[in-house]
Amino acid sequence: MSGRDRRITDEEINELVSKLQSLLPESRRRNIGRNKREIREAAVAIKIMSGRDRRITDEEINELVSKLQSLLPESRRRNIGRASASKLLKETCSYIKSLHREVDGLSDRLSGLMATMDSNSPQADIIRSLLRS
Amino acid sequence: MMACHFLRALFRIQQTSTSSSSSGRSRRIRRAAYASMAYSAGTRRAWSRALLRKLRSRARLRFPRRLSRAATPQRRDMDQAQVLRKLVPGGPSMDDCKLLEETADYIRCLTTQVRLMQTVMDSISS
Repeated sequence: MSGRDRRITDEEINELVSKLQSLLPESRRRNIGRNKREIREAAVAIKIMSGRDRRITDEEINELVSKLQSLLPESRRRNIGRASASKLLKETCSYIKSLHREVDGLSDRLSGLMATMDSNSPQADIIRSLLRS
Repeated sequence: MMACHFLRALFRIQQTSTSSSSSGRSRRIRRAAYASMAYSAGTRRAWSRALLRKLRSRARLRFPRRLSRAATPQRRDMDQAQVLRKLVPGGPSMDDCKLLEETADYIRCLTTQVRLMQTVMDSISS
């Protein structure tokens, strides 16, 4: 990690995190919680982490986790087993992986379909017409 | 525009690979998909620049798809950022803030590409 020492504002972090969050489909967003405050705390956690040396200690992690959890309202604490930052990142990683898998799957299926095509088939015409439009 | 590039690539693949294996064709389609994404974002984004570099060097397009299950205990906060870095092209050289920004754009592009491929599939198979 290049650890550029750039001062980033809270607003920038919040913007980034909500942008990221808004790109997750609804079903995944639910896993994180729509509570803006949680997200803000996640952002703060990320900000803290990015300002640090990579070697973050177990104590610091535990502290972060309890701090985050204590800020959650009682009703939400049940839904979150671990720190929000971690959940957000985890959901994002999981989502990207599933998108990669979809690209792979669609490539396979397109390949299969194309095997049945020849240049005179109606499917080839469809592609040609899509190209023209 | 992403769609144009991808469709043209598909057409070329279809014309030139009548005798090649299905998996070879599938790999070419997959490569075309990521190429379209990279070209649509151009050089504006770190992830697309990294992807373009990879494509031009003709390297195998690989994102770690499967983390070995055996080696995955409970992951901590720090590790998730590292996981994300491996998934987003150019990730390893980004700081956490840039990583989030690039991730957002990358996801947007990925979903558009997936939707495009689904549309093509639907048109062909109808």
